[in-house]
Amino acid sequence: MDTGDTAWLLASTALVLLMAPGLAFFYGGMVRSKSVLNIMMMVFYALAIFPIVWFLFGYTMAFGNDVGLGLVGGGEFIGLRGIAPDTLTGTVPTYVFVVFQMLFGVITVGLVAGAIADRAKFAAWMVFVPIWVLLVYAPVAHWVFAFDSADGSVKGGWIANQLGALDFAGGTAVEINSGFSGLALAIIVGRRVGWKREPFRPHNLPAVLLGAGLLWFGWYGFNAGSALAANGTAGLALINTTGSACAGILGWLAVEFVRDRKGTSFGAASGAIAGLVAITPSCGVVSPMGSLVVGGLAGAVCAWAIGLKYKFDYDDSLDVVGVHGVGGIVGMLAIGFLATEAGLFYGGGLEQLGRQAVASAVVLVYAFVVTYMIGLAIDKTIGFRVEEDVERSGIDQAEHLETAYEHLGGGSTLGG
Amino acid sequence: MADRRWEGELKLVTAVIKPHKWEDVREALAAVGISGMTVMEATGHGHQKGHTEVYRGAEYAVTLVPKIRLEVVVDDHDVDDVVQAISTAAHTGKIGDGKIWVVPVDSIVRVRTGETNESAL
Repeated sequence: MDTGDTAWLLASTALVLLMAPGLAFFYGGMVRSKSVLNIMMMVFYALAIFPIVWFLFGYTMAFGNDVGLGLVGGGEFIGLRGIAPDTLTGTVPTYVFVVFQMLFGVITVGLVAGAIADRAKFAAWMVFVPIWVLLVYAPVAHWVFAFDSADGSVKGGWIANQLGALDFAGGTAVEINSGFSGLALAIIVGRRVGWKREPFRPHNLPAVLLGAGLLWFGWYGFNAGSALAANGTAGLALINTTGSACAGILGWLAVEFVRDRKGTSFGAASGAIAGLVAITPSCGVVSPMGSLVVGGLAGAVCAWAIGLKYKFDYDDSLDVVGVHGVGGIVGMLAIGFLATEAGLFYGGGLEQLGRQAVASAVVLVYAFVVTYMIGLAIDKTIGFRVEEDVERSGIDQAEHLETAYEHLGGGSTLGG
Repeated sequence: MADRRWEGELKLVTAVIKPHKWEDVREALAAVGISGMTVMEATGHGHQKGHTEVYRGAEYAVTLVPKIRLEVVVDDHDVDDVVQAISTAAHTGKIGDGKIWVVPVDSIVRVRTGETNESAL
């Protein structure tokens, strides 16, 4: 065990945990005031149920010895059996590794919630999350995050080992996965009442900015912690995470200035997240100058991509597809060009770009198809969507017997 | 309770103004001796018909604009001064400056003392 590595991973784990309330505020500010508690609860429920499922089955499916073909891990760690305080993963205690990896999944499934904000039955979400963890998150995490052990005794997933795509902290397993799982659910659950006719104005942009800031803070643990060591790679991930977030803000604002002649605070928050998303897979393999390209590109492309939902008429309420799905693809493909050891711009040829594209495409299709089937099954049995009058009067009151704010006087009740 | 007979009239002056003119209006009312009023945050629109806001590229026509609505009950003799004070202080000359209207009030009671009418002002 390396105490320096362990100390850093403990700290990183705590940083990543803060992304859950960060995401809850980021999303909570974006919805109307009558549904803020519901979306925050969807994220907090993910934080509650995911670890339990992870302890029982998820961890072993992701990090157990591969059962063959690199598709899923075996059952030797069911209920975390066989792991003790002195068990090591690399240079750190396995218990720390288990929780660090667990929180990636918490954020991933929390992100999915944004696609169906305002209109999903909470009970349906409670059923969806554990099933999705087992059928989608855990296998994909195995493909991407489980590496063969150095002595070859333990086999990992096909994307990390056989394919050899580079995905440092989860451009596929977290970002593309959440984006296109979100798309599938948005299609299953359907468009909100009033889609394209009524304004769905974000009710609290300061909360969105607070959430974006907390996410950025936590992302340092997410990316630099993914080095699983207190070393130079962690430093590279840290500086690249910073560069991409900054460039992401500017990229998004640039699109807004061209289109609207103004820069919005919502755009700045969104641009930071787009930059963070795109640097997630690439933070360990591009240069700091490269991170500025990745972030700037992600900010601009995602600012454009969030308009796709209006064109194709799917109601991805909080733009999970446009920011995380598309941003994840930008980051994965950027590696093919900008990775300093294998990228096209560094003389690496097209081979790495091809691997990146294959990994992205397979995770995209797998996430979409399997999530669609889970969503359909839930919708056909218990129903995924609240009644129309509940959606109109406010999902917080109907689903949670609470309202977030006391409305007295003022016009705030009229717009909310 | 005031004993003498009420001879004057009471008026309710209601004004809907731009929120950023509220401080000016408050000062102007104080200058003409008005110390009590009720103020509410309100929304609405007149010929102004709202404005446009943009969230993640999606344009929204915001038809209800934030306003301040204030109400003050005054003696009939003071109505012209009060209306003039509000009107001058709230004026910007741009669309959306608001409205002021005056209606008669039958009676008024001060809850703390039970005083009525002009004694309760």
